[in-house]
Amino acid sequence: MISLKEIVEKLKVEPVSSVHSLDRPVASGYASDLLSCAMRRAKKGYVWVTLQCHMNVVAVATLVGLSAVIITEGNSPDAETLSKAEKEGVVLLVTPRSTFSIVGELASLGIRGDLEG
Amino acid sequence: MLRPFLADLHIHTVLSACAEVEMIPPLIVKQAKRLGLSLIAITDHNACHNVEVMIQAAQGTGIHVLPGMEVQSKEEVHLLCLFDTVAQCQQWQETVFAKLPSLSNKEDIFGAQFVVDVTGEWIRTEERLLAASTDMGLEEVVAGVHSLGGMVIPAHVDRPSFSLLANLGFVPESLDVQALEVTSRFVPATGVPQWPQLEAWCLIVNGDAHRLQEIQNRTLFKIAAPVIEEIGLALKGEQGRKVIVEWPDSRQRS
Repeated sequence: MISLKEIVEKLKVEPVSSVHSLDRPVASGYASDLLSCAMRRAKKGYVWVTLQCHMNVVAVATLVGLSAVIITEGNSPDAETLSKAEKEGVVLLVTPRSTFSIVGELASLGIRGDLEG
Repeated sequence: MLRPFLADLHIHTVLSACAEVEMIPPLIVKQAKRLGLSLIAITDHNACHNVEVMIQAAQGTGIHVLPGMEVQSKEEVHLLCLFDTVAQCQQWQETVFAKLPSLSNKEDIFGAQFVVDVTGEWIRTEERLLAASTDMGLEEVVAGVHSLGGMVIPAHVDRPSFSLLANLGFVPESLDVQALEVTSRFVPATGVPQWPQLEAWCLIVNGDAHRLQEIQNRTLFKIAAPVIEEIGLALKGEQGRKVIVEWPDSRQRS
């Protein structure tokens, strides 16, 4: 299974929290900007791609047990969100690129979606 | 002494591109009167150009009009921003416009945005696209409105889009608001199990009216005066102030 470290290296996304937890494996992927959808459809060990950077993103990641969240389009979490992510061991990765580009590259690395139907 | 104010705090005018042309001051006042309302708020998308004429149109009718707007945060969450005075609202307008992208409205796609006079006659057409996301986070909007003495109520939280619960999944722990607005279709018996968090919140029903028929008269405030401070007390249930909502299921039971 591909690890976060490999994703960080290949996609050049920048880790901004829990930077020492990049050895985590990534089971699958999910993309949406509605957190209510991510809560339902993203599962444990997934990487979630979104342009939202609100504090609730960290809560969703914790709740679901995500491997990491990739925050796209240059959106950057504020200090409070970063500190919460650090405390909860949530890996946030940021990139100026679009969700479409990132998801395309994740797919080309062999990460697939909808493991559970 | 406390008085009852039957209220709808979320009404659009023809300034909102998606509103019908009937949403002009005299007709809104007439419909509000027909529904027995004594407190309404005018909340167009990211703008308040028609607020002052609405207040004028309601003068002498027994209907109090709160100036406001429906701001779209950068998370695409819709937030009612309500004020006591036009001056406060206009000051907030400046902040909102500074954070709103400079795009032109496409009338043929979105509809026109009309600024009107007290009789509803056309004065000018707002060319700037109003129904867009401002570059302000949810908490930033709340803090900004509070600093001007206003109040924020997250709008139509039970809607599948542009809502706090859809876009951000749940109400953030530290969000400094007193109540949440639900749509007229919300029924506690089914809605609360769907979003258990709502159990702990004061909920009010507004029409989010884009046409006259959508204006609602199901939220009753018992307050000393139709002002933000009193409404805040009612939403918190403090000092004897109250808000009573008529729910569809409670109507059936009685």
